[in-house]
Amino acid sequence: MTVMEQRDAYRPTPPPAWQPRTDPAPLLPDAEPFRVLGTDAAAKADARLLHQLYAEVVRGRRYNAQATALTKQGRLAVYPSSTGQEACEVAAALVLEERDWLFPSYRDTLAAVARGLDPVQALTLLRGDWHTGYDPREHRVAPLCTPLATQLPHAVGLAHAARLKGDDVVALAMVGDGGTSEGDFHEALNFAAVWQAPVVFLVQNNGFAISVPLAKQTAAPSLAHKAVGYGMPGRLVDGNDAAAVHEVLAEAVRHAREGGGPTLVEAITYRMEAHTNADDATRYRVDAEVDAWRDHDPILLLERELTERGLLDEEGIRAVRDDAEKMAADLRERMNQDPVLDPMDLFRDVYAEQTTQLREQAAQLRAELDAEADGADR
Amino acid sequence: MTTVAAKPATMAQAFGRALRDAMAADPSVHVLGEDVGTLGGVFRVTDGLAKEFGDARCTDTPLAEAGILGTAVGMAMYGLRPVVEMQFDAFAYPGFEQLISHVAKMRNRTRGAMPMPLTVRVPYGGGIGGVEHHSDSSEAYYMATPGLHVVTPATVADAYGMMRAAIASDDPVVVLEPKRLYWSKDSWNPEHPTDVEPIGRAVVRRPGSSATLITYGPSVPVCMEAAEAARAEGWDLEVVDLRSLVPFDDETVSASVRRTGRAVVVHESGGFGGPGGEIAARVTERCFHHLEAPVLRVAGFDIPYPPPMLERHHLPGVDRILDAVARLQWEAGS
Repeated sequence: MTVMEQRDAYRPTPPPAWQPRTDPAPLLPDAEPFRVLGTDAAAKADARLLHQLYAEVVRGRRYNAQATALTKQGRLAVYPSSTGQEACEVAAALVLEERDWLFPSYRDTLAAVARGLDPVQALTLLRGDWHTGYDPREHRVAPLCTPLATQLPHAVGLAHAARLKGDDVVALAMVGDGGTSEGDFHEALNFAAVWQAPVVFLVQNNGFAISVPLAKQTAAPSLAHKAVGYGMPGRLVDGNDAAAVHEVLAEAVRHAREGGGPTLVEAITYRMEAHTNADDATRYRVDAEVDAWRDHDPILLLERELTERGLLDEEGIRAVRDDAEKMAADLRERMNQDPVLDPMDLFRDVYAEQTTQLREQAAQLRAELDAEADGADR
Repeated sequence: MTTVAAKPATMAQAFGRALRDAMAADPSVHVLGEDVGTLGGVFRVTDGLAKEFGDARCTDTPLAEAGILGTAVGMAMYGLRPVVEMQFDAFAYPGFEQLISHVAKMRNRTRGAMPMPLTVRVPYGGGIGGVEHHSDSSEAYYMATPGLHVVTPATVADAYGMMRAAIASDDPVVVLEPKRLYWSKDSWNPEHPTDVEPIGRAVVRRPGSSATLITYGPSVPVCMEAAEAARAEGWDLEVVDLRSLVPFDDETVSASVRRTGRAVVVHESGGFGGPGGEIAARVTERCFHHLEAPVLRVAGFDIPYPPPMLERHHLPGVDRILDAVARLQWEAGS
């Protein structure tokens, strides 16, 4: 057969017309962040929910202030404050059912507390007497996660496992704007979309990854736009508007629970404090920028809405503040007690059963402790 | 029934049979990784599992090792027993953060509330003519990570037994599968699978009196061959197969060296910062007064793994092992 004959005999199947696998249009976030408070939508908002959000956000602000104070008093090793971000923290906790799971980052102790965790247990990591101060299964709050975005694939795996078992469970995973640059963010969103796992990803875009502003972090139109690349809806919400965050997250949770798969929510907020007490924010941002956000404070937005609608008066405000003060006083008192430490705990729970090597090392530490005690007695 | 071939089975088939039996025995066992489903794995270890147990139990994942390990952590949090495959030694590295910061530490950081019954299968080592990034001996990285168990079989029977033990363990276990032994066969019979013993014990593969070769995984058959060859030189070598690098069986190793008075550690991994340094130190610390000579190491060179046409110069072979044995300060006539 000649080349020409071959060419005549070969009739390749034409490639099928290319089509997008998923229609991107419904996945795209709106141009403007979704807002409720101060808009016409607020009239439809449930008054009881608004009041609950208000009370929790005020408590959250007080909690942040107390934890920061405890750091200055040397009672916490470090505290990454979520001051200014309380609307996101609180809404994330409130949208979940008891059987659902929360996957917090290190800045999200408030979300864990709002979900019902004892604040002392939530702060154990930051006090430094152990890593995770609680049994994650008790409130279905995963360990506070310090390595950025690594908790996101955990949320996907857990939600996937729950669905395989036929359980009606949703996982909500929290991450910051900086975390969206991590490979684990990408891998988690991709796995979640491929598996249609019942997960909600909440990105709190607070403007900074320690000192690095968002413009140096991404060239994407918004972080919510990243969802489209994975084939899941992206939603943009005003992160200081607790009612809006609650509504968007609740919708995403419902969507996930009904088998619709994951959603990426970007909440635009602002980190009012430095990264942690060990950080100096004046090196990378000006006070005027911080002050501009004070007019858009989550407490202010709720208070304005509730008072304008006659749902909150001076007495109501005082009651909420008193409740927050009580929580802070209790936290202060309990954190001012020295934790009881047992150095021998170091060798516990490394493995289900101690290896010979660890038994030998535990014996060494025991002997050192005994010698120390003998020395102290003398 | 399983697709395991008629006896004698290969090591790859024994691993597969162990996965199959574990999945049949416990519905919480899930296999996930790249190409583990329809294809049955690039080494065919997971052959037939997706067909027998369905895609939900044996899952082809997106191509992302951190994602595989990270989602497996979440699955374990919810009470499943994931078995993940890292396709090749050097392709496991993107998963290190998940492995080191979460898999290995989760039990400890939650005070035992959240154990990680996770098995990580890693085909490892050289000698198969693989091009770049397909032949690493990565065991030292895993050994240096508290919270992980690290095992590696050298026989077909151990391949089955260790895989079952790893999956049954409530701790994370890294099972290093010696690629070069995947197609090896011995008397193991898949119709009568081995008893499963807990991980952590070394065995004496060949008793001897002159010196002990301490080794594991792909280097065990090489040491057995060296021991046979040594008979011609008048040396009766004992071969200890460690089987488990973590936990380390000091007892079996020390007992052997106290008997023979001489020891050589043999592995493919580079010598500097490799397992052999730790093993030699442990033997010296425990057996000093029984030693007739310093503990020697025969290891891969401290170089990036060589291209396949040069790898035979890198891998410890019989001659290099016998050269080391000859340097064990034998007195004339002994």
